[in-house]
This record gives sequence, C-alpha cells and structure tokens, in this order.
Amino acid sequence: MRKGMSEDNGPDIGKYTLKAEKHNAKDLPEIEDKYKQAFLDVGYDPQGEERSGSFLQVDHSVLCSKVMQEGVEIMSTTDALEKYSWLSDYLWHAVAPEKDVYTQQVDRKQTHGYFLRTLPGVKTTYPLQSCLFIGQEGLSQNVHNIVIAEEGSELHIITGCSVAEKVQSALHLGVSEFYIKKNAKITFTMIHNWAPEVEVRPRSGIIVEENGVFIGNYVCLNPVKDLQMYPVTYCGKNARATSQSIIYASKDSKIDIGSKMVLSGENSRAEIISRTVATDHADVTARGILSGSAPNVKAHLECIGLMLSDTARIYSVPELEATVKDAELSHEAAVGRISEEEIAYLTARGLSEEEAAGAIVRGFLNVDIEGLPPALGAQVRQMIRMSAEALE
Amino acid sequence: MLEIRSLDLEVDGRPVLKDLNLTIKEGESHVLLGPNGSGKTSLLLGILGFPKYKVTGGSIIFKGEDITGLSTAERVKLGMGIAFQHPPVIRGIKLGEMVDLCKGDTSQQITQQTRTLAKKLHFSDEFLERDVNAGFSGGEIKRSEIMQLMAQDPDFVMLDEPDSGVDIENMELIGDMIGELLHRRIRPSKRTASGLIITHLATITNYIEVDWAHVMLNGMIACSGNPNRIISDIMKGGYKKCVRECQKTMDRI
Repeated sequence: MRKGMSEDNGPDIGKYTLKAEKHNAKDLPEIEDKYKQAFLDVGYDPQGEERSGSFLQVDHSVLCSKVMQEGVEIMSTTDALEKYSWLSDYLWHAVAPEKDVYTQQVDRKQTHGYFLRTLPGVKTTYPLQSCLFIGQEGLSQNVHNIVIAEEGSELHIITGCSVAEKVQSALHLGVSEFYIKKNAKITFTMIHNWAPEVEVRPRSGIIVEENGVFIGNYVCLNPVKDLQMYPVTYCGKNARATSQSIIYASKDSKIDIGSKMVLSGENSRAEIISRTVATDHADVTARGILSGSAPNVKAHLECIGLMLSDTARIYSVPELEATVKDAELSHEAAVGRISEEEIAYLTARGLSEEEAAGAIVRGFLNVDIEGLPPALGAQVRQMIRMSAEALE
Repeated sequence: MLEIRSLDLEVDGRPVLKDLNLTIKEGESHVLLGPNGSGKTSLLLGILGFPKYKVTGGSIIFKGEDITGLSTAERVKLGMGIAFQHPPVIRGIKLGEMVDLCKGDTSQQITQQTRTLAKKLHFSDEFLERDVNAGFSGGEIKRSEIMQLMAQDPDFVMLDEPDSGVDIENMELIGDMIGELLHRRIRPSKRTASGLIITHLATITNYIEVDWAHVMLNGMIACSGNPNRIISDIMKGGYKKCVRECQKTMDRI
C-alpha cells in the first residue's frame, strides 16, 4: 500500500529499520572523536568555535543542543513541542503531512529533528550549526525540523547531513519548515555528504513574511543513490528569497532537485541559481519554478549544467508561471561541456589538460554566495572549495 | 632560442602555414606584421602547440630541443609564454588566483607577490578578486595578459596584438612592461629573453625597439628585415608593396 502512494518510484520505506541503537550524551566525546572528520566535512565543528550554538543528532539520538548566545534557542523538535504549546500551530504549516509517503512517514514515525529559533530582534553573531548523522546500517532517520526567526531577528545556519563511512545503505527523511517573520532574515547553508547506497527525501517549506529575507544554499558533491527534493518558498510582501544549489553528481547517483518560489506578496523578489556537474552514470534533474501572483514581483532563474561524460544525463526544467500582468519572471538554462578554449588557455599557463579541466570544474562550482555575512561566506566558499578539491 | 624549419600547419584540415622558416636568437625581439587572416595568430598557437593546430610538415626547435610533438603544458614548462588577444572568460577562477597559477602556485590564496605585481600594472586588490576576463575592458585584458606573463617569466614571449584597441595611457604602461619582459631595458649582451610580437599597426615599436620585422602573407613569411625600414615601407605603400620592395633586397629569411 505504501508503495502505491509513492509517486516517484523512490525509496521503499519498508526496506529500512526504525530500530536504532540508543546513544547517550555521555558518549558524546567518543562519538565526536570517532566521526570528527565526517562532521567537519559537512561544516559541523565539534569544538563549536565561532558558532552561536550546536545541534547534533546521531541516528535517533539527540546528543547535543547547546546555545552559545542569548536569545537563541536550540533543542530537539520533540522537546520544543513539549515546551511550547503554541508550536503546534507551526507544525505541518509550511509542509502538508499528507504530501507524500515520506511526509506521512515523518508524521507517523518522527525521530526528532531540530528546533532553532531567534527571539525578536536578536541577530546571531556566529552561525548556528547542526548535523544529522546516520551511523547505523539500514536505518531510517525521520527528522522534522522547525526553524523560526522572530520579527527583526537574523539567524544564520550551517547544517550538514552525513553518514558514517561504514554505512552503505540508509534512508534519510527530513521535513523542514522555516518561518521568517516580518523584517527577519535566515541564511541556511546545507551540505549533504551521503554514500552510494543512501536514499534521501527532504521536504521543505519556507514562509517568508513581509520584508523578510531567506537565502538557502545547498551543496551536494558526493555520490548518493537517490535524492529528490523540492523546497517551496512562499514570499510575502517585499520579501526576498534566494536559492542556490551546487551539485556534483558522480557514479550512479540519481538526483532530482529544484526549488519553487511562490511570489504571492506584492513587490517580492526571488532568485534561483543552480550549477550542476554530471559525470560517470549520474542522472540529474534540475528543476526550478517561479510563480508570480502578486503585483510588481520579479524573479530570475539560472540553471546551468556541465556534462563530463557520455553516460550521464542532465535534464533541466525551468518553469515560469505568471497570473498577474506586472510579474517579471525570467530564466536562463544551459547544458554544455567544458570549453576547449578555456582548457587551452589554462594549459598556456602551464597546467596539464587534466589540471585545467579540474580547475574549470572547480571554478564552475565556485559560485559566489551573496547575502551571507563575510566570515560565513568565506567559510562556505572554503567548504565548497575543499569538497571540490577532493573530487579529482 | 627558437628555430622553425619548413613548417606546414593545418587547422581543422585547412592549411594555414606553408613551408615557414623563422629563427629567433636568444635576446632578440621580433615583430610580425601582416594583414588579417595571413596566419600570424596561427603561427603563435602552432609554436605553443595548441591541439587544434596540427603540424603536417617540418619541425619546431626550442632551446635546442625538437618540441614538435610536445604538449602545450610541456612547452610552457620549457619556458614559453603567450599573451592572447581574445582570452576566454573563466568563471569561478579569480584573476589573482590565475596569476598565482602562472607561478605554479595552486594554493588559491592570492599571494602578496601577486598583489605587488598587480600594483605595477595598475590593478587594485579588488580587481584581483574578479573572475578572469569577465567584463574586462580592452585595456584591462591587455594588462591582465601581460601581468600573467610577468608572473610566468618565460624566456620566450609571444604577444598577440598587445597594442590593438589600447588608449595612450595604457599603451605607455604596456610598452614599459613588455620592455621589461623582453629585457629591452638592459644592454643587448645581457638580454636572455626573446620575443615574437604580432602587431597590426606596429604601434608597439614606438615604445620598444625590436631587432627584426617580418611580414606575413598567405601563410608565408614574405619578407624579413630591419624593422624601421619594413614598417615605414608598410606605412607608405601597404603590405604588398613593402613585400615587393623588400624581396628585391632580401636581408634574410
């Protein structure tokens, strides 16, 4: 019955177990030590330096929820729902529980997830960090995350999802709901680092209220069996939203990702930027929808793919929809190969052809991420760069 | 330094150079003149060994070694460098990183050395953060190409129209820098760098003196000789007349 409800012939939920070994907080030092590199690779620094707080969940156990700045809240969603009765108004408000089999599964069999919140007017000096980690073979991790930036606050988040090196197969289901209140801002940088047999179904909804700003960055540079996500952002009056994704799809990865921007507030702005590299037998669908339904909205979609092999595939689907006369929506999409002229140029500076191709691919993925505080921007660039370095 | 012997060169199966001979000695700088489409750029890219430029006859000897079969990167390692006329934009690679790459530094941190060099070419630190050639003006491209060459510091320097579309202020700076690259500012006996400069209107020769001039017509070097004489002949009567004059009293081929 479950299978029948799945629209994308995606992961079979029944294949994975919900019985997770329990980890205790006292094991934290040992776990941090054991998976230190895996954590660092997705931007989670166990030392917590230059962070306003940390959240760490391994399998189904929340091992760390530490606040380093006043006015910031970090806890498991389960705890937050107990603490705040009002939170039930936010739960399943930006994503519908009956959306598909995966949201239904998270609704029925939730295994924590994070609750992050900045109180009104509070601006995080350093980003908050979170990591959702799977260390157990064959596990299904079903998180429900809720992120709230109260009026006039500013919340910067780096979040990483990863699996232990020994884990071959696992399922990650993640529902994430973002609420950006009036005059508030969230920047959310998510780094995925999966394994060739891991299946992933994030489901996200983002509600940006009047004058709010949301900047979402997504980086996935390592193989994954099957990943599909399609975050939807709803822009209120004068809201601004940006979604950038940087994908390097290799081996047999099947990746179907995109963003939808719903410009339902007057004068709202949105931008989607997607850079995709496909090599080996990877199959990538890069989607993007801009939907303008309020006066004076403006949005742009840029979707560029780079093909490195004859056995890979990039399917690019940009869509624009306007239902008012003064919506201004545009897109540019392109798929191509590495330019010979660019390679020749770099070889004239002493690089071999392979080195030149590597430098061009790295450059292609090295998108300047706007809107982040300088220190965080530099850190994100450094992470993209490090991951891209490791590709050769 | 460089000796080209009876070189035949093809691009996409189309012959572009026929039986071309050219010798450039250590410390010498030569200019290459000629109408559009005569094969000047093809010669430079052939010397550099770009894959599209196929040698179908003859050989290229560089520093005593036959390099006809070597890759571009290998030739560059032996000490060749080029400033392109129309370099491509490379997204995501900063100009500063590119200059470091030219020095073999791949750390992707823009070094102090590079910043100092950039100042010399009137580039700001901010400019070094820009993607290579993205939105550069004509003059900026010339200066950027020469800056990269200076970082490489090759023994044999090729320049493809360093003086085209450059305003007078930039031209003086470019002339100065090329003079430095080609050791024009030191005594001839001390010069070790050599150069081959493509120039359309010979403007560059107002800024640096060169040792030889060649005129290229239809994929062949039609005449060679004293730069002052050849350039003044071209200015007076065009390439063809110059070639006719010069073939009467050929200095050298």
